[in-house]
Amino acid sequence: MLSFSDILHILPQQLVFGITLGTIYGLIAIGYTMVYGVLFMINFAHGDVFMIGAYVGWIVLGALMGSHAVPLHPAIVLPVMLIAAMLFTGLIGLGLERFAYRPLYRRGATRLGPLISAIGASIFLQNAVMLTEGARERVYMTYAVFPRSWRINLGGVNISVLVLVIAGVAALMMWGLHQMVQRTALGRSIRAVAEDREIAAVMGVDVWRVVATAFFIGSALGGAAGVLVGFYYTQIDFFMGYSAGLKAFTAAVLGGIGNIRGAMLGGLILGVVESLAITFINPAFKDAVAFGVLILVLVFRPGGLLGESLPDWKKI
Amino acid sequence: MQVLLQLDQVVTTYGPIRALKGVTIEVRAGEIVCLLGGNASGKSTTMKTILGIVRPKSGSVYFAGERIDRLPTQSIVGRGISLVPEARRLFGRMTVWENLAMGAFTRRAELHSELEQDYERVYALFPRIKERLGQLAGTLSGGEQQMVAIGRALMARPRLLLMDEPSMGLSPALVDQVFDIIQTINQQETTILVVEQNAAVALSVASRGYVLQNGRVVATDQAENLLAADDIRRAYLGDE
Repeated sequence: MLSFSDILHILPQQLVFGITLGTIYGLIAIGYTMVYGVLFMINFAHGDVFMIGAYVGWIVLGALMGSHAVPLHPAIVLPVMLIAAMLFTGLIGLGLERFAYRPLYRRGATRLGPLISAIGASIFLQNAVMLTEGARERVYMTYAVFPRSWRINLGGVNISVLVLVIAGVAALMMWGLHQMVQRTALGRSIRAVAEDREIAAVMGVDVWRVVATAFFIGSALGGAAGVLVGFYYTQIDFFMGYSAGLKAFTAAVLGGIGNIRGAMLGGLILGVVESLAITFINPAFKDAVAFGVLILVLVFRPGGLLGESLPDWKKI
Repeated sequence: MQVLLQLDQVVTTYGPIRALKGVTIEVRAGEIVCLLGGNASGKSTTMKTILGIVRPKSGSVYFAGERIDRLPTQSIVGRGISLVPEARRLFGRMTVWENLAMGAFTRRAELHSELEQDYERVYALFPRIKERLGQLAGTLSGGEQQMVAIGRALMARPRLLLMDEPSMGLSPALVDQVFDIIQTINQQETTILVVEQNAAVALSVASRGYVLQNGRVVATDQAENLLAADDIRRAYLGDE
């Protein structure tokens, strides 16, 4: 049993881990929620897009380490890895939209067809990575970039720089996305399509271009999350997208699917709840606790924390 | 006068249902034309066909001499047609200002100063809007929403303004106000095609009218003649 002073000692540390995990969940959850917002479908291949981001980061990191062209400082290595992973996964997202979903919608598909197609795309992406990169885990050389000794003391809590950087990068990306969505014409057009696609088209918005943009941005953020998770857990494999995707999807639903701020909030709550459950209940129960929170929230707020009740035509 | 919009023998179907059965309508530059008809007469389908939201099965739509019935909606809108939709359909989760900005979406490449004139024009027509720019559109009253919907459509600086049931759900005083504004907008050189169930008020501002019934044009004339015609009065003006 933990004593009160133990708890006081552990709690801040666990909160930091929880928030870090939460920002990553939030970053992945945005991909689910943006696509749902404009297309009302769950892109079940999104977890695998995230996994591919982790692999692209790993390949780039390996190349940088092998070439000795640049010093292995995070300020150089991390942006290069992130940009490469985001571009690649953004293009994968565009490809998914173009080849796995749009042809179905153009033929008047209802909700189930694209869902099946998403599951198929997920299996395809996993197997493509398994065949090209192998089924064994790959190891991120995290400590070559973020030495173990890089720790700082924040108000009595000893935190590794890696954790701060991960949470900071994720938070910065979410902030940037939020600014874009709230303040630019592109962001307004995304919100317009999410709210009323017919009227958005009447305003002159090219709806399919907006859908493709949402796929690109959501997938790129998922790819960035893949790199961050690679650094955090140091091991990646072709199946990692499944559980992370499920968690992030849960976070999106918890926050209110279709709502970008909801995805961020849902991710944070899920991350914190999970890390507290690991410490104070039992690590084996972390998923049970996380889904328990989801169930509780949905019982009292079926639309999620920030979600609104949907008009009938948007309900699944 | 130059013909701005022309529908020529337009047939539009929803599956097996023929909603428009060969509709021919002409709107000349500078006019207010009204489209009358009861429920399911094909009025809204006519609007949707013009905007490319639904595709005609046969026939053609011309705007300013160019055939537009195969173009995607955003291209049709980009050529200078705006819609004030039935039941307003504002973006309720956006502010009033953002709704106006969405109206100017086709002009997003233009300089801020050019758009500024159009914002000012909208504020001059609807002073109430200016007081509520930061408010979420979904929280406005019905009358205010109608003003924002008209303002939003004007932000595109349209050559042709389509209005679908602008009087719906408004009090009689507000209906008068809306139609006064329709006249003002028309005097500012915007051509208007208005769909209305409220025939009396629509014909009072329109120069010409078409009467739709079961997807066909059954009558067309000058507004004052339609107002005087016995069968029209019986069918649409509630006279016995």
